[in-house]
Amino acid sequence: MSPTLARIGRALRAAVALVLLAGAVGAAAAMVFLAACARAPAPVRFFPEGRPQHLSEWHVLARQGARLELNDRVVPYDLNTPLFSDYAHKLRTVWLPPGTTARYSATDPFDFPVGTIISKTFYYPRAAGAGAVARSYDFSRDFSGPGLDLARVRLIETRLLVRRQEGWVALPYVWNAAQTDAELARTGDELPLELVSADGGHESFTYVVPNENQCAGCHVTNLKTRSIAPIGLKARHVNRDYAYPGGRENQLDYLTRLGYLSGAPPAADAPRNANWLDDTQPLEARARAYLDVNCGHCHSPTGPANTTSLTFDTGTPVDRHLGLCKPPVAAGRGTGDHLFDIVPGHPEASILPFRMASREPGVMMPEQGRGTVHREGVALISAWIAALPGACSP
Amino acid sequence: MRQFGVVCVCVCVAACGQRNTATHPTGLSADEAAFQKRLQEQFLDAKPGTVIEIPPGRHALDRVLTLRANGVTIRGAGADKSILSFKNEISGPEGLLVYGNDFTIANLSIEDTKGDGLKINDGENITIRGVRVAWTAGPQTTNGAYGIYPVRSRNVLIENSASYGASDAGIYVGQSLNVIVRHCHAEQNVAGIEIENTINADVHDNEAVGNTGGILVFNMPNLSQPGHSTRVFKNTVKANNLGNFAAKGAAVASVPAGSGVVVNSNSKVEIFDNDIGNNQTANLIISAYFSTNYYNKPGIDPHYDPYPRAIYVYDNRFAGGGDSPDGLELKTLKVAMFGINGHFPDILWDGYRDEKNLVNGIPPAAERICVNNGAATVLNADGPHKYKNPTTDMAPYRCELPKLAPVELPART
Repeated sequence: MSPTLARIGRALRAAVALVLLAGAVGAAAAMVFLAACARAPAPVRFFPEGRPQHLSEWHVLARQGARLELNDRVVPYDLNTPLFSDYAHKLRTVWLPPGTTARYSATDPFDFPVGTIISKTFYYPRAAGAGAVARSYDFSRDFSGPGLDLARVRLIETRLLVRRQEGWVALPYVWNAAQTDAELARTGDELPLELVSADGGHESFTYVVPNENQCAGCHVTNLKTRSIAPIGLKARHVNRDYAYPGGRENQLDYLTRLGYLSGAPPAADAPRNANWLDDTQPLEARARAYLDVNCGHCHSPTGPANTTSLTFDTGTPVDRHLGLCKPPVAAGRGTGDHLFDIVPGHPEASILPFRMASREPGVMMPEQGRGTVHREGVALISAWIAALPGACSP
Repeated sequence: MRQFGVVCVCVCVAACGQRNTATHPTGLSADEAAFQKRLQEQFLDAKPGTVIEIPPGRHALDRVLTLRANGVTIRGAGADKSILSFKNEISGPEGLLVYGNDFTIANLSIEDTKGDGLKINDGENITIRGVRVAWTAGPQTTNGAYGIYPVRSRNVLIENSASYGASDAGIYVGQSLNVIVRHCHAEQNVAGIEIENTINADVHDNEAVGNTGGILVFNMPNLSQPGHSTRVFKNTVKANNLGNFAAKGAAVASVPAGSGVVVNSNSKVEIFDNDIGNNQTANLIISAYFSTNYYNKPGIDPHYDPYPRAIYVYDNRFAGGGDSPDGLELKTLKVAMFGINGHFPDILWDGYRDEKNLVNGIPPAAERICVNNGAATVLNADGPHKYKNPTTDMAPYRCELPKLAPVELPART
């Protein structure tokens, strides 16, 4: 679409919105009245079956004025080191039915009760231009109070993980252009976006919303059970502080205090991954945290990449299991003409950073979930490999 | 008023057409995008008993089709009629990715995937029949690795299927148990048909022609299981002389062009009643992991067995071949031993054997390489000593091994 046409289209849509608005004034007045009387929004609704067509039906997140607000008892959380998803920022939340609690585990995802709803909203700080979004690690201006500031961010998609009687189900929702609601997109979606850096650099890519089966591509972490599981809500990922409206607090402590989590030790005694961006922490800890959360859900002894015997989850010893001097198994052209997954001291001769630095399906790793290269991630893993001792000698 | 009506129509188009325009980010037409959406929904909704029909036509898709259900059948109207084309693939990298037992796929083609064509991971009772996987621009390093790729699966039947142009192996069965590959055709791949780390496989009545290597039986280190017990019989393995176009480091990058049947580090392999000819390095190669470029101590499981053991070769029909081996070392060896116009014997053994396990200087009876194949002879290339003392003495191979039992699969439709 040419810029002129796009402008015209926007103008027309705005005109229609005005007409609709005029017609809706009466209804809005009634709603305002209701809101004034009732005050509290509708509570979160757990659907034990089916696939609601709109995200708003769950009442987990809702557009309120210029903000995306979290409903009552919907708890936001962050991870020490997150999965890279094309530089998207993420708002993660968890909600448990009143009177229920999740059981703590030191290694696995917490054991959540039926009725749990986990959400992850992918968004970007806005940038000038149609389809343009900012490539930025500055999260400080994303929020306005406890909600996302929609004047500053563009919502892309919200993925729900819902714990039902038969297990977890994954539901992807894509936000509409007006940012008023998100619609179920079982078969995924594709959005042309342009990343704009602070220095003016531009990168076009297609943002791919996964289909339900692709959700399972990461969230089925055990090929034998083939069931979907959360990834982020493990002790080592969430053992960190969050700036709650009532003040900063460790997330494990907060969830425990709220009754959402039971059986957790004091946060100081729980496992904790490094923050990959915090260069006061050891290089190895940051690299291992990065590999754990970006690769370890497939590359584990039970995950779908166990066909390769290459494991990146947190307990893997620093030897051939982690790829040191290990010949690839089914990499095909993904080798980049290199002989081993990791050659200690030589990132330029190692397959791992080569595949991370590609955005081509068939070469790139992870296989899905990104259409851009995570430059800072490649730099971190390369620096770690460069510092590894040893050699792949006979 | 008239003007207002026009405006209304425009608004509707702008608002409604937003998500379904012809300018799909990956170049699919609106019809193709709609077809893909419907097909994806069928894959999402599949449950035991579901049959997904692929109608005739060439269907452009831009995203992997993933199946996560047992008891599903996917079938087309014929490999030449129902074609799934992944030329515009943006998310995959496979064409079809299957997690499910009791799975059947039949009578369709998968083309130009960025990664593997058809991958089946950890399935039981798998039937692949009349499936053709192809990279239509011919052999290219940028083609996907594997055409038809069941891995860590049990009870696998691949028949009347074909692969063209895979940058690793056309038909590749890895880390599996009880496998039959029959009546298939593999051409223009690096490896035509490869059985790797698999227990109990029958590979018969196939054609492997015009690949870098025809039929491979390999064991790689570090994997879930070492393979053994593969029978290769009644196949036609001819003129596999295509230059190796695998990326370096790929498992098959070390296979010399001109390899007919190759056994590497595997054991209990029986090769009989095949027509093997005009493979210019050698019609049959038996080798150890040391002959690949990949051996190194820290990267290899110390329990890995790199030696081929109990290899039984008999009653094959060899013709031609061995006349133009790939690689300087083999070329030099050939000329030195057999002259410019000569050729290697039909069977080339790299000479690596487990020196710690010899009885009176030869391997125990159950672990030997036995050849009972008329006039066919063996060249022991003396790889361990850099080809210093190659020999053609046949005495070490005059032996017999117990024959392997046929692979039996549970009955299927």
